Amino acid sequence: MADSYRQIFKDSFWTNNVILAQSLALCPTMAVTSTATNALGMGLATTAVLVVSNVMVASVRNFITNEVRIPVFIVIIASLVTLVDMTMDAYLHQLYGVLGLFIALIVVNCAILGRAESFAARNPPLASLVDGLGSGLGFTFGLLLIGAVREILGAGTLLANASVLLGPPFKAIEMTIIPHYNGFLLMALPPGGFLTLGFLMAGKRLLDARQEKRTETRELAALAAG
Amino acid sequence: METATVPGFRQRFGYSAVLLGIVAMVAGTALTVAHFGTADAIAARQTEDRQASLREVVPANVHDNDLLKDTLILKLNRPNEGMGPITFYRAMAKGQVTGIAFELTAIGYSGPIRLLMAVAADGKILGVRVLQQSETPGLGDKIDIKKSNWILGFNGHSLKNPGERGWHVKKDGGIFDQFTGATITPRGVVKGIHAGLELVAAHRAELFAAPSKTSPAEAPHG
Repeated sequence: MADSYRQIFKDSFWTNNVILAQSLALCPTMAVTSTATNALGMGLATTAVLVVSNVMVASVRNFITNEVRIPVFIVIIASLVTLVDMTMDAYLHQLYGVLGLFIALIVVNCAILGRAESFAARNPPLASLVDGLGSGLGFTFGLLLIGAVREILGAGTLLANASVLLGPPFKAIEMTIIPHYNGFLLMALPPGGFLTLGFLMAGKRLLDARQEKRTETRELAALAAG
Repeated sequence: METATVPGFRQRFGYSAVLLGIVAMVAGTALTVAHFGTADAIAARQTEDRQASLREVVPANVHDNDLLKDTLILKLNRPNEGMGPITFYRAMAKGQVTGIAFELTAIGYSGPIRLLMAVAADGKILGVRVLQQSETPGLGDKIDIKKSNWILGFNGHSLKNPGERGWHVKKDGGIFDQFTGATITPRGVVKGIHAGLELVAAHRAELFAAPSKTSPAEAPHG
């Protein structure tokens, strides 16, 4: 059983990565990846919602009919996001000041509805939790990669203002990669995001192809030896 | 999802309708409860936020009152001043109005920018802060004090200093810096702040009149 959970995680994190393989949720992706810090904030907030929504959808999946499943999922996700929004505004106000903007955007993230529809609606809650976690962290990973590339090339910094998001102890991870850099506007704007995404997707394909070749050689060697 | 194992009653139209109704009701109830549970806390946080931003634009040494309690609402109807009433927070020391703070909206690159500015009795800017903006991250958002000190550059300036022609970004012949790759945002903010100063100048008498606490019925404005 543990193996299958590992497989679910690997599938959702890497093989079917929300951004790099499925190309879902491109709108929030382009909007928040101009800096790595924003990307991280959006990724973490989305992961939290995705995990909870997946578990909730999976636990009610046996009562839901095909005809009304989409409205039911949307009601669940939208209410969840609104609850998170209100609770954070009231009790985690500092963090809300930073993440507030992203939280409302999560409702329209098609990746969440996508996971509810294609995984949580057919699988038990625990497996859905793993899938939600994998997809969410995969999304965070993708956002962070794009954000890092765009921030370094666009502004010469990495994780600038991260301490605003994560707290003062994280001042240390704010880096200036290229000092006295004048900035490269294109990278901070959406075209830079699409360019980066294109190269990263190509990179993932290359990695996957190399991995496949390696497995093939190993299988052939095993056959020859056997 | 497999139709074969679905019991008969689930295939009826009514089941789906009732199901959707129940889900909506549960969600609605949860949201209502959460709203009433958090409304007071959220309102309190917003008051704290406003106090905190007022503290940033109005230095503590110019007033001895609670700005949120000494407010003056002006109804503006001249077209170039914007519509609707504006709330002015008055900073007072020993019964004299030493400065006023108010919110105004400038037009940026991607929509309105909400600013809070404070002007001293001598017409000089005490401080300006951005309350809300949606400018391009990494470019236009440098108007926010969290990202850069640019907004502090307005402190001490007034309508006469630098004068009409100086109230522009450098690119347009003024004295205020623009950002690399973002001119429209600072241009909008400079224009907004200038309009704010003009608004204060136009209503000087009402805004800085010492409030006569003994006869509140005869307020100088009205």
